[in-house]
Amino acid sequence: MRRMAPRTIALVAIVAGVVISVGVEVGSAVRSHRDASSAAPSVASTPLEAVITGPHILFRNTLPGAGYGLVAAVPLADPTGPRAFTTVACDTLARAGEATVCLRTVRGVATTYEAATLDAGWATVQTWPLSGIPSSTRSSPDGTMIATTAYIANHCSTQIAPPTETRIRGSDGTDLGNLESWTLLVDGAPFAAVDRNLWDVSFVDDDTFYVTVGSQSAGTTWLATGTVSTRTITSVRAGGQNPAVSPDGSKVAYTTPSQDQAGRTVQVYAVLDVGSGTQTLYPATEGGHGQVEWLDGTTFLYAAPRTDQPATTDVWALDTSAPDPRPQVLIAGAWSPTVVRSTSSEARRAATAEPISPSS
Amino acid sequence: MDPTTQDEQTAADQPVAECTRPTTSGTRQLPPATGRTAEEIRAQRAARNARVSSTVVTLGIVSLLTDISSESVAAILPLYLTTALGMTTLAYGFVDGLMQGASALVRIAGGWAADRGDHPKWVAFAGYGLSALTRAGLLLTTGFVAITSLVAIDRVGKGLRTSPRDAMIAASSNPKNLGRSFGVHRMLDTVGAAVGPLLAFVVLWLLPDGYHTVFVISFGCAVIGLAVLGLMVPDLRPRQASWLGAHQTRSERKLPSCKGCTCSDGAVPTLTERPFSWRFVTEPALRRVLIVAGVLALLTVGDGFVYLSLQARDGFATTWFPLLYVGTNIAYMLLAIPVGRLADRVGRAKVFVAAHAMLAGAYACAAVGGASATTTIAALALLGAFYAGTDGVLAAVVGQRAAPAVRASAIGTAQTVVAVARMAASSAFGVLWYTLGRQPAIVWVGVLLTLALPVCWFALRGIDRPGPAVLTSDEVAPAR
Repeated sequence: MRRMAPRTIALVAIVAGVVISVGVEVGSAVRSHRDASSAAPSVASTPLEAVITGPHILFRNTLPGAGYGLVAAVPLADPTGPRAFTTVACDTLARAGEATVCLRTVRGVATTYEAATLDAGWATVQTWPLSGIPSSTRSSPDGTMIATTAYIANHCSTQIAPPTETRIRGSDGTDLGNLESWTLLVDGAPFAAVDRNLWDVSFVDDDTFYVTVGSQSAGTTWLATGTVSTRTITSVRAGGQNPAVSPDGSKVAYTTPSQDQAGRTVQVYAVLDVGSGTQTLYPATEGGHGQVEWLDGTTFLYAAPRTDQPATTDVWALDTSAPDPRPQVLIAGAWSPTVVRSTSSEARRAATAEPISPSS
Repeated sequence: MDPTTQDEQTAADQPVAECTRPTTSGTRQLPPATGRTAEEIRAQRAARNARVSSTVVTLGIVSLLTDISSESVAAILPLYLTTALGMTTLAYGFVDGLMQGASALVRIAGGWAADRGDHPKWVAFAGYGLSALTRAGLLLTTGFVAITSLVAIDRVGKGLRTSPRDAMIAASSNPKNLGRSFGVHRMLDTVGAAVGPLLAFVVLWLLPDGYHTVFVISFGCAVIGLAVLGLMVPDLRPRQASWLGAHQTRSERKLPSCKGCTCSDGAVPTLTERPFSWRFVTEPALRRVLIVAGVLALLTVGDGFVYLSLQARDGFATTWFPLLYVGTNIAYMLLAIPVGRLADRVGRAKVFVAAHAMLAGAYACAAVGGASATTTIAALALLGAFYAGTDGVLAAVVGQRAAPAVRASAIGTAQTVVAVARMAASSAFGVLWYTLGRQPAIVWVGVLLTLALPVCWFALRGIDRPGPAVLTSDEVAPAR
């Protein structure tokens, strides 16, 4: 034992040094977290009821401070004005008729993930588990179909499995299954690649939707359309991902790779005119992530992380009808914008005609 | 002789004799069991129950700390990439693929470097060090390319360190309880793999954007693990020890004879005459082990598919889907030592093959209709038993058969064969999964595996008996 003494001393010194430095770091993180949560939201806020009775935009607030991660709303007429906070936290959200679909992380010693539908008073109506980290959710225009995409928490060293799971379910709780198990046709032929992956659904109506099909072995992605009634998905166009169809169904916005001025490949948004098949690229939208949300027939919204502040994102708007379309920040510190066009408290009360029945 | 190769405790136990070989181990050595007298059987049992070498325990602690470090990051990396950095789906798939591919082939290289230089500790140290550096890197960068590169480097480090470390476990263990020694190591290792994710989730629970804090804790654990390895693990020289064991007299060691000098006078000659050779791969017994391990690995489709299968039908499995692997790790952790002990008693090759019956059982759980919480938990327990009976046990089988001079390479080769075959199996199973459907696919693989088991059992008969490779190794050379 005597011979080991110098080593033991060195080890004890290293362990003590590491424990103290890690302790200091954790302590300061806890302190700054406490300061941030007790601080007032770093933005002007307004009462919720006044905002959500009229047309509004729902989103996940990503401004640092007490309201981080909570669902908030701004009036459609004044999106840059003060926001109204709910008390509900969602990673991503969508509107399904009069309900709000909320994908969220259930933190704990064992962290899990779930989807929930929330009623007009933000109370949970039903929940169902997700296989991984929430990615996106969309619903059909009347809210009867809900699609969710989650990153599969796949944790095996020798595992070749899809990185996402996309499912469609009825708002009444019927599970229509994983889209990977549906019939998939690419260029008219059944698709054979087993590493197929589907993500980001955008509904045209109750039955028809757009979705991204990808395969690492095929080295490409496709925009595809699917039909719920026949459980069939057919490729429409090679290249592009995260489709989002405009309210009148005439345009589809999606991301596509493009070269920037320095010759690097970046993802930018493009809009496909469904009737003519023409594609328009918007190179200025570089940096945006995920599906867009259409504000109206010509303007789309997308979220992009701030380069200097990784956890904070902004929602940008791009008017495709403008002569020189340039994106502009519409809502600072926001993610997952969802436009709620026609709603009133009266309409919501009348919605009992089509209730969302809890399942499970 | 390097003083650090001598464990004090063992030195006291050993008879003071000239030209005894330097031990590479921390436990008592016994002559091979040729007879079957009651006394010898009792001695064997005593050897099996003897304390596991302190080197093995220290290596286990190093692995525990390193696994806390790597698994805490691996558990939250997807969340970090998508939530904090806002990356897209395909980008995440790319990270996942990198994680899988990078480590398999480096294992042979790590084993070769360990055997060639005869300093497995420092090859392992380089591997652990590389992984620790990537933790520091995570604190400094938020770029996608940088993070994917760090993930790849971490996997290279893992590949590099695995076979030298297993060779050190084999070198410092009594061959009679090699299975238990590997069991102890794998148990400690898996404790780290189970604690890591939970620690990370608790940090994120308390600090919702505490990714940086998790990376700091992870880096701290990696540094402590590296320090324990560097300072507390002896610099074992398995090849030198084996050479000295085979050359017991001064003349055999080509030292000038002189009156009154002991054989340890005069430095050990620099062992330039020990050409490293890959010929061990052609040694019949070892080749049989490699083939059987490869065949069985071809029928091992990856537990991810079992989880997906369970999840498709069972609400319990769906809710806990992101954490099912933690359940498997807990079962593995609890079973590693008992299964290692069993392997020492009934034969390691037998246990290795039998563990695949557990895997077939897990497939059955995944395939039966009407899955419930019970089937899910049973499947996780069976998968844990499968890992307990294969991972460390295979290293023990190979470590026992291979000559010390090529042990790290042999273990690395076996692990690479298994890893590559399992990857191929997962790809091929993906095809079955889509063409036949989930349930028929898993039934098919289960049936094939069940059919392969008796053949493999037959092919490996006699492997557990001490063969020629063992007799020429230093491990069982009479220490008299």
